[in-house]
Amino acid sequence: MGAQLRVYRQKIKSAQTTKKITRAMELISASRIAKAQARVAASAPYARAVTRAVSAVATYSNIDHPLTTEPAKIERAAVVIFTSDRGLAGAFSSNVMKEAEALTVKLTEEGKKIVYFLVGRKAVSNFGFRRRTAEKQWIGGTDLPQVDTAKEIADTVLEYFNREASEGGVDEIHVIFNRFVSMISQEPETLRLLPLEVVEGEEAPASDDVFPLYEFEPDASKVLDALLPVYIESKIFNAMLQSAASEHAARQKAMKSATDNADKLIKNYTRLSNQARQSEITQQISEIVGGADALATVEED
Amino acid sequence: MSDKTLRVELVAADKAVWTGEAKMVIAKTVEGEIGLLAGHEPMLAILSSGEVRITLVDGDKLIASAEDGFLSVEHDVVTIVARHAELV
Repeated sequence: MGAQLRVYRQKIKSAQTTKKITRAMELISASRIAKAQARVAASAPYARAVTRAVSAVATYSNIDHPLTTEPAKIERAAVVIFTSDRGLAGAFSSNVMKEAEALTVKLTEEGKKIVYFLVGRKAVSNFGFRRRTAEKQWIGGTDLPQVDTAKEIADTVLEYFNREASEGGVDEIHVIFNRFVSMISQEPETLRLLPLEVVEGEEAPASDDVFPLYEFEPDASKVLDALLPVYIESKIFNAMLQSAASEHAARQKAMKSATDNADKLIKNYTRLSNQARQSEITQQISEIVGGADALATVEED
Repeated sequence: MSDKTLRVELVAADKAVWTGEAKMVIAKTVEGEIGLLAGHEPMLAILSSGEVRITLVDGDKLIASAEDGFLSVEHDVVTIVARHAELV
């Protein structure tokens, strides 16, 4: 076998192996998207109930809560970045990091100091590469988010929020995650979590006792105290679930195009190797014919 | 006694645990135990972790554990929301 032919065969082999791997990853991701989407859907009733309750308290009572009041001056802002633990998902993580970069520029221009919280190995390694420091990071389990992780993140950011800025606390909290739009489209989204924007619902009435007359147990401010952290937690959990669903979708898409590319490579190399084989044969024939001719001429003389 | 029933929704953070009609719901709030029947006034209460007892329309009893959550009542719809909730 000629040297060139052998090189082509090697390349075909390697492309075939790669294709097997990417194909397997594509199929795995495809099966996980459905599960991840189902989890997003399953968490919807909870999110709806919590949002509804928060709007009810916020709308039907007149309480000033530290979590809902806009501070006079925002000195420090926290940014929570949700990425994935593993790569091979196209621009999934880098999209979020780009969005984070844009937000960083914007907040810095407003004169705010930024404190980062990272979720996912990709964000951590990105920060390591750029020699940036993050206040806290969570790694592992981004493809199957747990409620307890969401609670831990929520508790941490709330602790920072409740601290004074001079003691390392923050006045504002942003989250950045990939929103699952559809199987083929995931968009990085920035959301300001705290202080809470005016909660959705009817416009705020003037006093505590307006229809429907909710009774609060033990009292309105205590209920709000207990509800708001739960609300934040459910928002964070939702971001994690969306990010997980997006991760699987992005990976499926990336792996599908990798498989297609491997197919194309195999096809091209097969053509080239056929050509090489053919020309080798042609050369051999012409060598034989030439040799026979030469011998015949010698005999005639 | 009226034959109105309560519509009960028990939801945990990651799934809806149980939905159905019930005659009575007994839950433990931070203030103490509370029993809810149809026609109860709108209410929002913080649950202390513990069990929720639901009496179904046919008299059967259903017990659920609800941890770290709250309960809301309005227009005969009772929503029990907890981070972790499980039927026992």
